[in-house]
Amino acid sequence: MIAVYIIVPLLVLLLIMFVMTYNSLVRRRNQMQNAWAQIDVQLKRRHDLIPNLVETAKGYMKHERETLEAVTNARNQAQKAVGTGVGAQSAAEGELSGALSRLLAVVENYPDLKANQNFLALQEELTSTENRIAFSRQYYNDSVLQYNNKTQMFPSNIIASMTGFKRGEFFEVQVAAEREAPRVSFS
Amino acid sequence: MFEQIRSNQFRSIVLVTAMAAVLLALGYVIGIFFFDSAIAGLIIALIFWFIMSLVAYFQGDSILLSVAGARKISKEDHPRLFNIVEEMKIASGLPRMPDVYIIDDAALNAFATGRNPDKAAVAITSGLLQKLNRDELQGVIAHEIAHVKNRDVMLMTMAGILLGSIVILAWYASRMLFFSAMMGGSRRGGGGGGGGGAQIIVLIIGIILMILAPIMAQLIYFALSRRREYLADASAALYTRYPEGLASALEKLAASTNEVKSANQATAPMYIINPFRKRGKPAADLTSTHPSIQERVRILRSMGGGASMADYETAYSSVKGKGIVPKSALAGATPGAVPLRETGPSTEAVEAEPGQVQRTREVSNLMWRKQNYKTIECDCGDRLKVPPDFKRPQIKCPHCGRIHKV
Repeated sequence: MIAVYIIVPLLVLLLIMFVMTYNSLVRRRNQMQNAWAQIDVQLKRRHDLIPNLVETAKGYMKHERETLEAVTNARNQAQKAVGTGVGAQSAAEGELSGALSRLLAVVENYPDLKANQNFLALQEELTSTENRIAFSRQYYNDSVLQYNNKTQMFPSNIIASMTGFKRGEFFEVQVAAEREAPRVSFS
Repeated sequence: MFEQIRSNQFRSIVLVTAMAAVLLALGYVIGIFFFDSAIAGLIIALIFWFIMSLVAYFQGDSILLSVAGARKISKEDHPRLFNIVEEMKIASGLPRMPDVYIIDDAALNAFATGRNPDKAAVAITSGLLQKLNRDELQGVIAHEIAHVKNRDVMLMTMAGILLGSIVILAWYASRMLFFSAMMGGSRRGGGGGGGGGAQIIVLIIGIILMILAPIMAQLIYFALSRRREYLADASAALYTRYPEGLASALEKLAASTNEVKSANQATAPMYIINPFRKRGKPAADLTSTHPSIQERVRILRSMGGGASMADYETAYSSVKGKGIVPKSALAGATPGAVPLRETGPSTEAVEAEPGQVQRTREVSNLMWRKQNYKTIECDCGDRLKVPPDFKRPQIKCPHCGRIHKV
């Protein structure tokens, strides 16, 4: 009889702990997945911004047709690469970053363009977009770290392995060009 | 890493509990003095506190914003500020974009409100918007968003309500006591002479408590506030991966001497730096809501190679000789594990970024617009600002004499 009084509350306690730990694992995994989706939102923002940028630059940059076309092509490639897997996508984004850097380097030679109000506004948007992409990747990695800590630390690691929570993958920049953020410098 | 700070609020809870104890002790004494029953006094104190809490919970942020004279702005009003807030929203993983407010004040300061991360707002003064460059502004906004994310706003509001209740109750109690003494004789006088000595002791303790309670509560409140400032700095470094931004912003803030016109003692802890600080005063004493700026800058600058909580902890203990970050927030974080960004994503754009003159112009145009002034560009290069109550159909340019339609 006494054994029942001890064992039953103990089991209930264990069950409550199990449920709470399981829920917090799910919460963290969802947070991680949501953070991953946020990166795509920011990349899309970048893709949407580029046609405007090219359009504005075109009027001033008569002699840079190739540079501009390269940016537009890279942008289209990057847009197509959305959803084709992390590797292909980050390769395409890396191409785009490279093309953007080359474009921004030649802006130097066009003081009229640099003074254009529209272009100044676009410049702010582009700076912010690059920041947003960086910060959303950063937040994704922070979320992965939190989630992985939870799945590997005692005692939650027991429940994680019982219920099949796998390790989260960190985002790592894979392409050399992507590693250098495009120089958003119009000076 | 983020939540742990929120959940490990042991010290903060102890401090808030201490304030609650002061409030209850005060209620107890008031009850004994005026109602012959300690319970009545306790109930009065609790009801008083409960009503104030309700008001603060549901109306606190709008009261605070309107007391500060803050105006809500939209993205078109100041795209850069809006972008920075959104970047920090992303970096901190806040579920919803906070509202952005601007306060027309030359002082350099900022604060955050909102009872939870779903309903937050950041407010900054127009002076700050003029003086800071993009990286610095980012640091300040990160600090404010950290306050929201760490639930400091909620905590400080609750603590502020306790403080307010204690101050008001003690004030009324001391007036009532004075008044009843003037009327000659205590209401408990009929109780017989037997317990006279004990009564006098109770009376003296009561009076001392009434005098000390507000002071004690205030000191606790300030201790709580200083602690949360350090933690918000640590989070800001983590979000931006660039402690230098906040450090150099704080330096600019320290160099300015303007006080925020609309701040008062109750709202002071909400700001990023103490709006009332005197120059040259070592601000880290007991009666300050904020730690000294020089010290905060020194900690941020000595973070060395990383931006994690562990790096802040190391920097803090090298400057102050003891730790600040809760143990659980350090779990899994090793110093240097979170690298700084090499140059800020935006530092590349620093030269291209609008300079001080242009920023000032942007902000002053924004403030005119917010006050419903119309602007007319004159061909002579002047910009006419027409007040909203201007009735006549046309206006003459004071510079060149051209006539414009309004």
